[in-house]
Amino acid sequence: MTSDITRLSASELAAAIADGTVSSVEATRAHLDRIAEVDGDLNAFLHVSADEALTTAAGVDSRRASGEELGPLAGVPIAVKDVVVTQGLPTTAGSKILEGWVPPYDATLVERIKAAGLPILGKTNMDEFAMGSSTEHSAYGNTKNPWDLERIPGGSGGGSAAAVAGLEAPLAIGTDTGGSIRQPGAVTGTVGVKPTYGGVSRYGLIAMASSLDQAGPVTRTVLDAALLHELIGGHDPRDSTSIAEPIPALVAAARQGATGDLRGLRVGVVKELSGEGYQEGVSARFTESLDALRALGAEIVEVSCPHFVYALDAYYLIMPAEASSNLAKFDGMRFGLRVEPAEGPVTAERVMAATRGAGFGDEVKRRVILGTYALSAGYYDAYYGSAQKVRTLIQRDFAAAFAQADVLVSPTAPTTAFKFGEKLDDPLAMYLNDVATIPANLAGVPGMSVPNGLSDGLPVGFQILAPAKADDRMYRVGAALEAALEKTWGGPLLAQAPELKTTELTR
Amino acid sequence: MTAAPTADLVAYDDAVRRYDPVLGIEVHVELGTRTKMFCAAEVEFGGEPNTQTTPVSLGLPGALPVVNGTAVEYAIRIGLALNCHIAESCRFARKNYFYPDVPKNFQTSQYDEPIAYDGWIDIELEDGEIFRVEIERAHMEEDAGKNTHVGGTAGRIHGAEYSLVDYNRAGIPLVEIVTKPIEGAGDRAPEVARAYVQTLRDIFRALGVSEARMERGNVRADVNVSLRPDPTAPLGTRTETKNVNSFRSVERTVRHEISRQAAVLDAGGTVVQETRHWHEDTGITTPGRVKSDAEDYRYFPEPDLVPVTPSREWIEEIRAGLPEMPAARRRRLQNEWGYADAEMRDVVNAGAVELIEATVAGGTTPAGARKWWMGELARRAKQDDVALATMAVTPAQIAELEQLIAAGTINDKLARQVLDGVLAGEGDPAAVVRSRGLEVVSDDGALLAAIDEALAAQPDIVEKVRGGNQGPVGAIIGAVMKATKGQADAKRVRELVLERIAQ
Repeated sequence: MTSDITRLSASELAAAIADGTVSSVEATRAHLDRIAEVDGDLNAFLHVSADEALTTAAGVDSRRASGEELGPLAGVPIAVKDVVVTQGLPTTAGSKILEGWVPPYDATLVERIKAAGLPILGKTNMDEFAMGSSTEHSAYGNTKNPWDLERIPGGSGGGSAAAVAGLEAPLAIGTDTGGSIRQPGAVTGTVGVKPTYGGVSRYGLIAMASSLDQAGPVTRTVLDAALLHELIGGHDPRDSTSIAEPIPALVAAARQGATGDLRGLRVGVVKELSGEGYQEGVSARFTESLDALRALGAEIVEVSCPHFVYALDAYYLIMPAEASSNLAKFDGMRFGLRVEPAEGPVTAERVMAATRGAGFGDEVKRRVILGTYALSAGYYDAYYGSAQKVRTLIQRDFAAAFAQADVLVSPTAPTTAFKFGEKLDDPLAMYLNDVATIPANLAGVPGMSVPNGLSDGLPVGFQILAPAKADDRMYRVGAALEAALEKTWGGPLLAQAPELKTTELTR
Repeated sequence: MTAAPTADLVAYDDAVRRYDPVLGIEVHVELGTRTKMFCAAEVEFGGEPNTQTTPVSLGLPGALPVVNGTAVEYAIRIGLALNCHIAESCRFARKNYFYPDVPKNFQTSQYDEPIAYDGWIDIELEDGEIFRVEIERAHMEEDAGKNTHVGGTAGRIHGAEYSLVDYNRAGIPLVEIVTKPIEGAGDRAPEVARAYVQTLRDIFRALGVSEARMERGNVRADVNVSLRPDPTAPLGTRTETKNVNSFRSVERTVRHEISRQAAVLDAGGTVVQETRHWHEDTGITTPGRVKSDAEDYRYFPEPDLVPVTPSREWIEEIRAGLPEMPAARRRRLQNEWGYADAEMRDVVNAGAVELIEATVAGGTTPAGARKWWMGELARRAKQDDVALATMAVTPAQIAELEQLIAAGTINDKLARQVLDGVLAGEGDPAAVVRSRGLEVVSDDGALLAAIDEALAAQPDIVEKVRGGNQGPVGAIIGAVMKATKGQADAKRVRELVLERIAQ
């Protein structure tokens, strides 16, 4: 059984643990073994917490043995993006400036994961402070895409996506500021969900851009995402922007969607997020997916969001502006790296400058400088102020589009995974990879990427967007599409991954 | 000979004859909430360094602020007491600057959307004149931590070997109250400044929003002063003297800045817009950093906090629950007590309003209460250099003392001895009277024995009195009082002596 464990989806594994077929310790050990076997190639993990995970697993097993009623994902191991603080486990956000820092507290979502009995396998690699679309900006080396080790796993949550796609973890936590859950999901063939802004507490997420950041699930199936989303979501009084009402019934929506009936549902194709600029195979898979949805009874309509063309520009003013302020606390005074100036007097200001100079990578410095400029006196109105106005216009676009359609859809990313270095020297080309995911962050609406086929042997993602607080709709549509496509593939898309072909995925 | 532009001071009287001073005062008050502005760390004075902190007030990665509802309520109370409008919706902003005692390297403050704006208060000057100060705004923010520089001289950063930071104060809620330019104070500008800050302090205490203890830095004032040739001229360049933390220093700061700036202007120089520091020991201000327009805090709305939107109902509820403001209360009490203006001012200046009020509540007449607190007790307090309110006697005990006199149990002279006993911790007045045996001898039998003895000792006086000359009777009374060790009622003794002689 052990060798098969890592091929199970989280819901399958949870069921096996619940009925005693597999113990949580066995499940955890199987994934730790898999990490030991493949992570030297993948580099998805920055820190593996084997002892802590096995202790949690043993606790779950004994609680189960004593007949205790446990939660739906109890005992199922999980990986957590390193931007989420974990008490007692090193947390670096992929940056040298936090090397060796061990937080004294848990993020709210980590508290919930621990309370629900999910062993935490470790912390996953990412672009430094979540800035990037390829995980090439990590201070700790690239994460590789399990589909092709010469290609990027997406970013910033490349580590979480690669861990799930590489069968190192059945579940992972990501964070999405401009697409960092969905784009890695698309290029690794995994499911990635950015919940409604405020749907999952941000308390304990090392902030990049507070008004855009959102944590969410990275999984192999839509149902798994729903289970994890319900576990980590819901109101948190420690996050002022947390929505003070229950999250919708996501698992029920996913189960309903999997029955394959979408009659009466209006699916809006966003004109501005399809067509030009998309790789041919990406566009082809998108069209096929629309056909699949139509076959399930959905009505496909075209909607226009005219201000989406300015989304990238607005994003690249608001995000760096907030980041420049959020990252100011990394100054060598209280935690993390501290570098004294090589020569001259050791003053607080010079220590801060030396620490930040040595601790931050190029992309972080680029965005801090950009954001500082955008907020500076005399430029605020022209840059930050204008960007906020564009944001309002994009929110209005969404409102108008959702008046015509229940969900909106597009390809998740314009291309499949590109090769390492291909866009590293061209920040603007890298930024363009998030063109379809960014509008959802600006408007705070939920978004999901579901694997919808291959293009030249690499995974493609299908993005589903829903109105704020209507996350259940996208779970319904995502599960329906997943079920329909898997029928045509004869199993999960991940089973087609080259290095995984020998170990047939059972579902 | 012309004075160097900055070296000399112009005599204050000359300075205010030639220039019209304009003030601007920013008062910070630390709110007396149980927890900090944005987290659940306790607010308490004097804890071990860095023990009253959470990940939020330490600015740890991932931590998020949540607004303290009580702090908002206190800010609204202050705004209402200052006759301000309360915003229907307002936001916090980030004020970005790097400094080790600012844990996040930005301060969460209110910038262009204060919770309260456009108000006023009337302050009473020493001669009873009322001066109105207009309020620009009152906004909420968080305090910074505290740096201690070790190894340099006198705790200054210059020459220090290292610095320690204590974040216990970081995140304590503050309300900052900013005046509009205070014009028309003329030569009384220093007094106006002091009276304004003092009035605010009294209001904070009356509202119960802060202990408002200046010596603990609960209330700090930044004092802006500028001079112009005359009241019709545009405002001059101002200086801002930071963190002045006593009433007297506020007054002295204004006085000094007027004299100093007048000297600069007289010499044909220009006042530099800058931050200055007040030195209590030498009574002067010295320049801090130059404040130019280049200072860029890169304010932007705090994205981690949703707007604060106090409901109209809540505001009205708070308004209805406001206590009587100190000025109105003083007017009411003065009426009730029938004190003259000067008497009331003395009582206020002595900090005796509450003491007298409580003493009157204990059953004493206002005149009786004033007699004790502004007389005997004020004298003793001055002698021991302590505040009236800190003396080891309660208003209830003074009321009891006064009642013992009214009942004839003791007389004024004995009362002072009883007070000695109370202050020495011997208990309430009645207990002291008992333990020290200080009752007035009112038993006529006992008195008559002493009287007869005195009469017998001085038959010549008895004769004179019988002859119609009452003058010498005092000698008999004195002898009786002496014999009873002062514990007799002199009036009664006189009656009895005259009765006896007439027999």
